[in-house]
Amino acid sequence: MSNRRSHLQRLEAESIRILREVVAEMKNPVMLYSIGKDSSVMLHLARKAFYPAPPPFPLLHVDTTWKFREMIAFRDRMAAEAGMRLLTHTNAQGVAEGVNPFDHGSSYYTQVMKTDALKQALDRFGFDAAFGGARRDEEKSRSKERVFSFRSAAHGWDPKNQRPELWSIFNTRVKPGESMRVFPLSNWTELDIWQYIRTENIPIVPLYFAKERPVVERNGALVMVDDDRLPLHPGEVSQMRRIRFRTLGCYPLTAAVESDADTLDDIVTEMLIARTSERSGRLIDHDEAASMEKKKREGYF
Amino acid sequence: MNQLPSISAPVVDYLENHEQKGLLRFLTCGSVDDGKSTLIGRLLHDSKRVFEDQLAALRSDSRKHGTQGKAIDFALLVDGLEAEREQGITIDVAYRFFATDHRKFIVADTPGHEQYTRNMATGASTSDLAVILVDARKGILQQTRRHSFIVSLLGIRHVVVAVNKMDLIDFDADRFAEIEAGYRAFAESFGFDTLQVIPISALQGANIVERSPQMPWYAGPTLIGHLNEIDVSSDDAGRPFRMPVQWINRPDLDFRGYCGTIVSGRIRPGDPVAVAASGQHTRIARIVTMDGDVEEAQCGDAVTLTLTDEVDASRGDVICDPKARPEIADRFSAHLIWMGDQKLVPGRTYAVKAGKQSATGVVSRIGHRIDVNSFAQDEVDSLSLNEIGFCDLALSAPIAFDPYEVNREMGSFILIDRMTNQTVAAGVIWRSLRSADNIHRQAVDVDKQSRAIVTGQKPVALWFTGLSGAGKSTIANLVERKLHARGRLTYLLDGDNVRHGLNQDLGFSDEDRVENIRRVGEVAKLFVDAGLISLVSFISPFRSDRQMARTLFEEGEFVEIHVAAPLEVAEARDPKGLYQKAREGKIRNFTGIDSPYEPPQAPELVLDTVALDAEALADQVIRYLGLD
Ligand SMILES: Nc1nc2c(ncn2[C@@H]2O[C@H](COP(=O)(O)OP(=O)(O)OP(=O)(O)O)[C@@H](O)[C@H]2O)c(=O)[nH]1
Ligand SMILES: [Mg+2]
Repeated sequence: MSNRRSHLQRLEAESIRILREVVAEMKNPVMLYSIGKDSSVMLHLARKAFYPAPPPFPLLHVDTTWKFREMIAFRDRMAAEAGMRLLTHTNAQGVAEGVNPFDHGSSYYTQVMKTDALKQALDRFGFDAAFGGARRDEEKSRSKERVFSFRSAAHGWDPKNQRPELWSIFNTRVKPGESMRVFPLSNWTELDIWQYIRTENIPIVPLYFAKERPVVERNGALVMVDDDRLPLHPGEVSQMRRIRFRTLGCYPLTAAVESDADTLDDIVTEMLIARTSERSGRLIDHDEAASMEKKKREGYF
Repeated sequence: MNQLPSISAPVVDYLENHEQKGLLRFLTCGSVDDGKSTLIGRLLHDSKRVFEDQLAALRSDSRKHGTQGKAIDFALLVDGLEAEREQGITIDVAYRFFATDHRKFIVADTPGHEQYTRNMATGASTSDLAVILVDARKGILQQTRRHSFIVSLLGIRHVVVAVNKMDLIDFDADRFAEIEAGYRAFAESFGFDTLQVIPISALQGANIVERSPQMPWYAGPTLIGHLNEIDVSSDDAGRPFRMPVQWINRPDLDFRGYCGTIVSGRIRPGDPVAVAASGQHTRIARIVTMDGDVEEAQCGDAVTLTLTDEVDASRGDVICDPKARPEIADRFSAHLIWMGDQKLVPGRTYAVKAGKQSATGVVSRIGHRIDVNSFAQDEVDSLSLNEIGFCDLALSAPIAFDPYEVNREMGSFILIDRMTNQTVAAGVIWRSLRSADNIHRQAVDVDKQSRAIVTGQKPVALWFTGLSGAGKSTIANLVERKLHARGRLTYLLDGDNVRHGLNQDLGFSDEDRVENIRRVGEVAKLFVDAGLISLVSFISPFRSDRQMARTLFEEGEFVEIHVAAPLEVAEARDPKGLYQKAREGKIRNFTGIDSPYEPPQAPELVLDTVALDAEALADQVIRYLGLD
């Protein structure tokens, strides 16, 4: 009898193997939990990998204070359900200085509230490995990254000098202060993620489904008015539109799409006929050419 | 090629169909600039994997960095690093994904540049098929051969040779035939299961998805046509069961699960299994998953097994078919692809990772190096970056393995430099060195313990390390005198003296320094065996070499003593005038000047030669030995 495994079953097995390898080899791992669909899948895989034990590492959320409110509620619920410790970290200095996406520009804001905050959190807890939900199909510099991606003591990525990564043997060795970013979803595509969510019934933040929500139109993008901190430009009015999100981040930096897709099947259908990539909804990536690689070299996930 | 569903078509059907498609993992390789990245960019574009925003970015990139004037440079879709775009070459592997109506593909686009061969090997190690590009104008080059060799070495059985840039040679059938014949002749010895040669133009998309009207003389399949149809399956599930234990799941005292990925065969509850190293027998009790226990698991599955008996198995052990077990050995021969910037030093200790097993080991012999042009076997005493050699390895502990050609997962390993933590080699195991099993050590009746009883002392090796001029010889001398005065049997091995006798054939290159220390370590070990306190006074600048020496001894027998002096101080003392000569360039590879000294990280003793004089320091050693 020969049962051929399906594509998703193979992806699942590959990810589980990566998750276990980190736990077996690293001293103090953590899972970066960004609350989006990829994080949801990664968390689900972790629960499968270590069942019947809960995943033997905490979740870390770097809270920029500008996340959608629905995301925060969802985060707390999921951590509790998985029986995992949830750590959150905010760059206190950034908050004290009032750094926000409007006055400081998205790139400085991202640097302070995401990249710096992440580095602070990793140093504070002394993590030597951090799981991230990035996929190689997301962006061209990600397609170049190893599954076990080495970071210097300053959290920098050196894309021109990555360790060779042969078969599924991972060189996990780091010196004190150095660390690994590990990407269990490296070989998943956006379609795989949705399909897996669908077959495994994985809960996701409701913002992925279409609903009437308050938005303003800004530079051709739809920005949701999630709370009263969004300063309206002259002439801008908040209006109700039927929208959803293909990717979730900080609400002022994440563009919505108009959509009627309120079921998973609708979402997948929409994705299959989409003409733009999911990252086009990330307002920060357009700042400068090669901006993702640059941010990653500086320590961004 | 990639039919998108109309919105009215039931998405469920589409997904189900999509989910049932098989996956093919392949890589593109070949010499620099042969058009690998262009080909992948073309495949992504033609399979509608490029979105509008990415296409807009590609157009503007092409104007800025492109190699095709104002036209689209498809390579820029794949060459994602800043440095790659600036230099117009690929540096590291890109993993990209696309699908046709028949299949899904993961393609690794690898660099052609020789300097980045290790990244090509990275891409090849997880592929089932290789597309080797050849520039029709240039024909088969050294890199074509090197990559073909690596492809074959890593066990890829299916090869496509894409003769590219046919547009630049007027789609000349004769030239194509000539390249095809040349490649087939040279690749014959590899015995690939399939070898398809296809004339293409990556730039124009000729014979990639659509048949090219300019090459009516070519009757074979298009590239995609071939990739859609080729059968690369192997019956891994039909082979003997192997599961390397990756992690033990122990949430409470009642559950002990062995987690790992099955690398060959299949298993059901009740099946008999054995632990490869210890030979213990047991049976599979349950195959546990979050969705409930399952009745069967097979090759590729990441599982959690429970066993019917308490057995001693931890990470690295292999649970296997009791009737067809892997080999267990600490010595084997293997092909190595050297990937370190520093060359291979035989005798130096490297960390070895083989599957989930970790050990340390040395390359005990380099059989030969393979000349990638002629495939001749050269005799060499080292391997440099990107060279391939056939070597013998000796590990600190036995591992369980199968030859690579029988089982890729069970026969592969990497070597890691323990200082820099760089991965310095990829290895594929050929076979165990059985001869070692037949040289049983001569059993002796009078052993170390009985001799120690006669001498009435605990034999140890006192290993003095430090810069030239730090005071090693002076202190070691004093220590020996003091021991002698206490009626202890001693023997002092001094660097300079040994270099005049036993090691007079050795110089000061890295290889010779390693050998120097190895021999002295062995001699000191014999003295310890003889019941003596042996004192070794050697600069021994490399941590890994001292570590190697340490592994020769039993716990507590090796006492590493760092005779510490800052370089300025040692240089100021310069008792033999050597520092001055080194500074003047009259001596090469002088420790501290143009060769590094790596201080011990956790020595048993540190002697501070700035704070105290030699007498006091010698007393410290005596105190350490409890002989004061
Ligand atoms: N005329 C013509 N030019 C081509 C064709 N394929 C690639 N090129 C050009 O050849 C050059 C090198 O192409 P790349 O795709 O970057 O080559 P590569 O093999 O990926 O190079 P490395 O990855 O650096 O080894 C570019 O200028 C391409 O536009 C082809 O079929 N015809
Ligand atoms: Mg290339």
